[in-house]
Amino acid sequence: MSTANDAHGHEHPKNELSHYAKRIYAIRDLLVEKGIISEKDIQEQIEYQEARSPANGAKLVARAWVDPEFKARFIADPKAACAEMGIDATAINEFVVLENTEKLRHMIVCTLCSCYPRPILGRPPDWYKSFNYRKRSVVDPRSVMREFGLNLSHDVEVRVHDSTADIRYLVLPLRPLGTEGWSEAELAKLVTRDSMIGVMDALPAIRQ
Amino acid sequence: MKVKFEDRPGHIRTPWYIRGKTGWVERIYGDFLNPESLAFGRDGLPKKTLYLVAFYQSDVWEKPQAPKDKVLVDIYEHWLDPAA
Repeated sequence: MSTANDAHGHEHPKNELSHYAKRIYAIRDLLVEKGIISEKDIQEQIEYQEARSPANGAKLVARAWVDPEFKARFIADPKAACAEMGIDATAINEFVVLENTEKLRHMIVCTLCSCYPRPILGRPPDWYKSFNYRKRSVVDPRSVMREFGLNLSHDVEVRVHDSTADIRYLVLPLRPLGTEGWSEAELAKLVTRDSMIGVMDALPAIRQ
Repeated sequence: MKVKFEDRPGHIRTPWYIRGKTGWVERIYGDFLNPESLAFGRDGLPKKTLYLVAFYQSDVWEKPQAPKDKVLVDIYEHWLDPAA
């Protein structure tokens, strides 16, 4: 975004701002003026938010695929398993991993707002926050999955988790067929963000 | 369990579509500060037990696409009654 310096030392976007954006900048300026937070705090928080990405989730899933004992720990105590992998999930109140099987697929939504396992997946995609997804995922999840390229047969059960409260969910997708002997790093490339939200499976076994 | 059908303002974490519907407890998550209190700057006490409640699509929607698929919702105790 293009920005311009203004009188009080930091940058504001040059284009016309929405009501909410103006309010955010006004609140930020007030907090800084009153010394409640500093410009450095804001910058550090932006960097922290940006540093969290689906790569964290992909690392966890790939490890769970190759190491059954880790997988058991990841399901029993996800936060401890994250700590083991050097991933900080302490910001999550309660973290639950949902394991997909051949006969069961999980899908995550927050119909009330945009609850999302941010430490593990970073910021949610815009479609996850859209009214369209939030409405349709609980009514007709199979057609949403079809739009993401996943066609499930009728003998596969679908469970949609509406994360309304203190729990943050992550889907542990199925390991793709034909990936025997692949390294963790190679496997992690098959683990897409959307497969950990559960709207699709992990990518097929084509080396990325 | 049956979800209470209540219509009141506030920071309600029970989605509208599930109010009045009947499901079963799949898991008990433990006790959490009450978000309906926290959202208004209060202390969130007493803590409320949070349940994972499962519903068949056929018990939630009139014309479900896949009746035996499930929707699972995290619901605090004060929104639940025993099913009749």
